[in-house]
Amino acid sequence: MDRDLVLELSTDIQSIDSAVDYVLSRCATCCDHARRLNLNFKVGLTEALSNAMLYGNAHDPSKRVVIEVSMGPGTLQATIRDEGLGFDPTSIPDPTRPENVSRPCGRGLFLMRQLLDEVSYNDLGNEVTLVLRLDSGSALEGGARA
Amino acid sequence: MSFQVSKNGDVTLVEVEGQLIVGNRQELKQQVLEQLEGGDLKFIIDFANTGYIDSSGLGVLVSLSKKIREQGGELRLSSLNEDLRTLFELTKLDTLFRIADDKRQALEGF
Repeated sequence: MDRDLVLELSTDIQSIDSAVDYVLSRCATCCDHARRLNLNFKVGLTEALSNAMLYGNAHDPSKRVVIEVSMGPGTLQATIRDEGLGFDPTSIPDPTRPENVSRPCGRGLFLMRQLLDEVSYNDLGNEVTLVLRLDSGSALEGGARA
Repeated sequence: MSFQVSKNGDVTLVEVEGQLIVGNRQELKQQVLEQLEGGDLKFIIDFANTGYIDSSGLGVLVSLSKKIREQGGELRLSSLNEDLRTLFELTKLDTLFRIADDKRQALEGF
């Protein structure tokens, strides 16, 4: 798919909301699946940006996050890249296990995988690609695996 | 985005306007902890005017619930729309919180 939109953000968590809203508004022009866009894609993109800024770039305002969005027939794809050292996405525990439910963190990646059709990382772990198929039916049909 | 705090008897009601996300979760935490330190033990956080909660927002609710319980109090949630209910169900947080359909229902039996 061609890249339809490229954004570069400084590491500022206050910018996440407006950046996500802007991406969604651009995607809405070619997308009739409002709920999957406004819930599934919004959640995935918001969580990926938060992770990039909080953990990848470690709150460092001098570091950037790049978002690339592509809109194909029936598919949305977003790649989010930070300037951090990366991480192992398989190391994040399942937050729905009884011993983890009461923990205050660890739900972002889980929600991404639940609501998007594909979630994949580069080898380093500082770039994530999110894919949402718009004609997959209900908003709850995601189920990506790392 | 803002938080409106009010009292209904001995119950502290916090109404979340807009979103509960990484950018404003600390403000909610601060407001609730201030009330807790002032002796309040019964809390309802109402989401009737809330469009979105991210994982950081969910995390601060978990953290507040724990702190309130440690003091012998209780935190209830109310008025989650369909999308927000979905997030709570996916993360199994609907098993951790008492969630009411609206403020009135949340106040019952408090």
